[in-house]
Amino acid sequence: MRRSACVLLVVLACAGCASFAPPQPWEKGDLAKPQMQLDRDPLTAKATQHIYQSKEAAGGGYGVGGGGCGCN
Amino acid sequence: MKRSVLLRWAGVAVAAMLHTGSAVAVGVGDAAPPFSLATQQGETIALERLRGQVVYVDFWASWCGPCKRSFPWMNELAARYGREGFTIVAVNVDKKAEDAQRFLAATPARFTVVYDAAGATPSAYAVKGMPSSYLVDRSGRVVMVEQGFRDEDKAAVEGRIRELLAAR
Repeated sequence: MRRSACVLLVVLACAGCASFAPPQPWEKGDLAKPQMQLDRDPLTAKATQHIYQSKEAAGGGYGVGGGGCGCN
Repeated sequence: MKRSVLLRWAGVAVAAMLHTGSAVAVGVGDAAPPFSLATQQGETIALERLRGQVVYVDFWASWCGPCKRSFPWMNELAARYGREGFTIVAVNVDKKAEDAQRFLAATPARFTVVYDAAGATPSAYAVKGMPSSYLVDRSGRVVMVEQGFRDEDKAAVEGRIRELLAAR
């Protein structure tokens, strides 16, 4: 009896986490706010990334690179 | 006795875990899910009542960039085909009505705008992205689904509207 109650408790606890559905496309108003962005300004972020890449002599992993001409 | 109660609760818990709440997306050929929503002025717009017209149902939000770009184009469509039996119903999904009003002050809409803060309508259509638009023919069937707003799709949508209006 006690065992099954324990199992039930665990199952119920798991269900509590599982019922959080990800936000639907029409519910992303809060996520779209500027203060929710990882970068404050996309242009600044791009410039920072460019400097980082040239200093580190390493590119890639941050989205689209160049057109394959090697001129970065 | 007690055990069966426990089992029942376990069943409920498992059902809750499996429940994702996702409806089947409305596609081409499906009947457009009905809705009845109010405008800012308190007028109720029901999709059913627009049967016999070509309706462009658009889901938009103030925080959605492409929505902003789509409004001037929808104004054009409304002006061009409004008299021929074409109606645009733009469903706003903002949580706060003030956000929508601020958007509309900067981006005027010369078509019907209704409000669904609870999100029941986009849920019924299982909207996959913002903005999403559904072109509904005179019999209430979805003939075109547009996800996002792209300039290169404008001509195709307008062509389809013209076709639907021509077919009486």
